[in-house]
Amino acid sequence: MSADVLTPNVEVAAEAPRGSGFGRKAWAWGWPKLLAIGLVLAFWQVVYVSGWRPAYVLPSPATTLSKLWDMLGTERFWSAMQTTLTRAIIGFLLALLIGTIIGVLVARVRPLRLAVGSLITGLQTMPSIAWFPFAILLFGLTEQAILFVVILGAAPSIANGVINGIDHIPPSYLRLGKVLGAGTIALYRDIALPAAMPGYLAGLTQGWAFAWRSLMAGELLVIIAEKPSLGANLEFARQFSKAPELLATMLVILILGMLVDGLFSSFSRRLRRRRGLAVD
Amino acid sequence: MSETAVSSDPVAVVASPSDAAPILRIRGVGKVFGSGPAATVALHDVDLDVARGEFLSVVGASGCGKSTLLNLIAGLDKPTSGTLEVGAKVAFMFQDATLLPWLTARQNIELALKLSGVAKRDRRARAEDLLATVRLDGRGDSRPHELSGGMRQRVALARCLAQDAGIVLMDEPLGALDAMTRDLLHDEIESVVRAQGLTVVFVTHNMREAIRLGDRVVLMGSHPGRILYDEDIPLPHPRQMDSTEVATRAASLTARLKAQGHTHVG
Ligand SMILES: Nc1ncnc2c1ncn2[C@@H]1O[C@H](COP(=O)(O)OP(=O)(O)OP(=O)(O)O)[C@@H](O)[C@H]1O
Ligand SMILES: [Mg+2]
Repeated sequence: MSADVLTPNVEVAAEAPRGSGFGRKAWAWGWPKLLAIGLVLAFWQVVYVSGWRPAYVLPSPATTLSKLWDMLGTERFWSAMQTTLTRAIIGFLLALLIGTIIGVLVARVRPLRLAVGSLITGLQTMPSIAWFPFAILLFGLTEQAILFVVILGAAPSIANGVINGIDHIPPSYLRLGKVLGAGTIALYRDIALPAAMPGYLAGLTQGWAFAWRSLMAGELLVIIAEKPSLGANLEFARQFSKAPELLATMLVILILGMLVDGLFSSFSRRLRRRRGLAVD
Repeated sequence: MSETAVSSDPVAVVASPSDAAPILRIRGVGKVFGSGPAATVALHDVDLDVARGEFLSVVGASGCGKSTLLNLIAGLDKPTSGTLEVGAKVAFMFQDATLLPWLTARQNIELALKLSGVAKRDRRARAEDLLATVRLDGRGDSRPHELSGGMRQRVALARCLAQDAGIVLMDEPLGALDAMTRDLLHDEIESVVRAQGLTVVFVTHNMREAIRLGDRVVLMGSHPGRILYDEDIPLPHPRQMDSTEVATRAASLTARLKAQGHTHVG
């Protein structure tokens, strides 16, 4: 009897501080972003009110946001979203695989490093949009053309992250591993891999940013019939002068990119904090 | 320390240094880094025996090859000439503790247990035992950067014990600590080492520390790195860093090093 009465109270008591702790954290994380959004909207509103451009070219924030709301209710939007996210995920995962393998090989095999090391950094400086004409020649206006460029955009950063991660493993950790009697597999699994993690994660974060940019460029240039995507929506909105839809789609692209980037940097921050490294 | 840890240790038999065959036999060992005119002779013709259960202190100026010698004993590096016979598993305690920052204190110890072949289900309890041995009960969940320098060295000591090794090499493990923490750790190192009958090679710059702990002190000189002098310390244990016997011996050994032109030893 009394236990039945007590149980809910105990739960509430246990949950309350955790809830408010989370709330406070979310607020601490969120308010600078809310402020930034507020500033952008205010600036946008001012430019709109000034009449610098007619409303059918530069709609007000309110019109755009209500268009965004309408869009969220259409099947077409979600199918575009699905296409784009699928491409992003597949492209990023392939880049992850390829970049990681190349990174490990270049870091471990000396002649490869001399030959390919600077090439990877060179590739990183190449704007991925410059690859598209070539990709279209190779693959036509297809999914492969888009994936090709997404991978070329992201894989060098990921490979460089792996190389950096491996290069910055403190030699003392490897010595420790040998003293503890670690064989080759254990040395990689228990020492080298976790030690290389901060550099690797930085590479993944940068790789994602490049993948996302390359993907948007690709979706603008390589428009596949009957396959709506966020990039294609931008292009259509421009062609049919649907400014609110254009801006609403841009907002979606911005928010998606920021969300994923935030995810990566929160991983990275947590990892650095756990290791007592400087958190920027 | 758990009972099993002691009894399963093949070299845990406490023996007096004199009547046992050496656990460590080093003959004519030389080590040269590099080649040609840029070569450094880090060690030249080193002969050294260490008896089972002996605590050997090694003192010498910076760059005389102390770390090189330990690396050779641990098998982290190969000698250029000569032979080393190492009669037991070797554990290593580094100057900066070298705890892995992505693991908690307990996980650092558990990793050593895992790599020594301890079954998964036994590791946690063994690690807790070892933490208690170095008086860190309750700090197992702390990450290395949350511990003080002295605590980190205690974890490193516990990790050495986890390896169930017969020989423990210590490369200036207390060099970065304040005098009070160092004194405490002297007591702890001495008690666990004796309880388990471990053989220790302890490198230090500090002559008093060498005499405080060592059954025997070896002085090394540089250019080329070599052994200058070898002396038994028959004082009863435990000793005090600031006792007159320790101070007197430290002064005479330091004078010996200086006479050879090797200063920079405190
Ligand atoms: N990997 C290496 N490559 C080239 N030279 C080395 C290497 N390791 C050590 N040496 C040289 O060998 C000599 C002995 O070095 P070692 O580190 O053993 O000295 P140490 O006695 O441990 O000095 P300290 O007390 O400063 O730690 C030094 O002259 C050093 O420059
Ligand atoms: Mg040294």
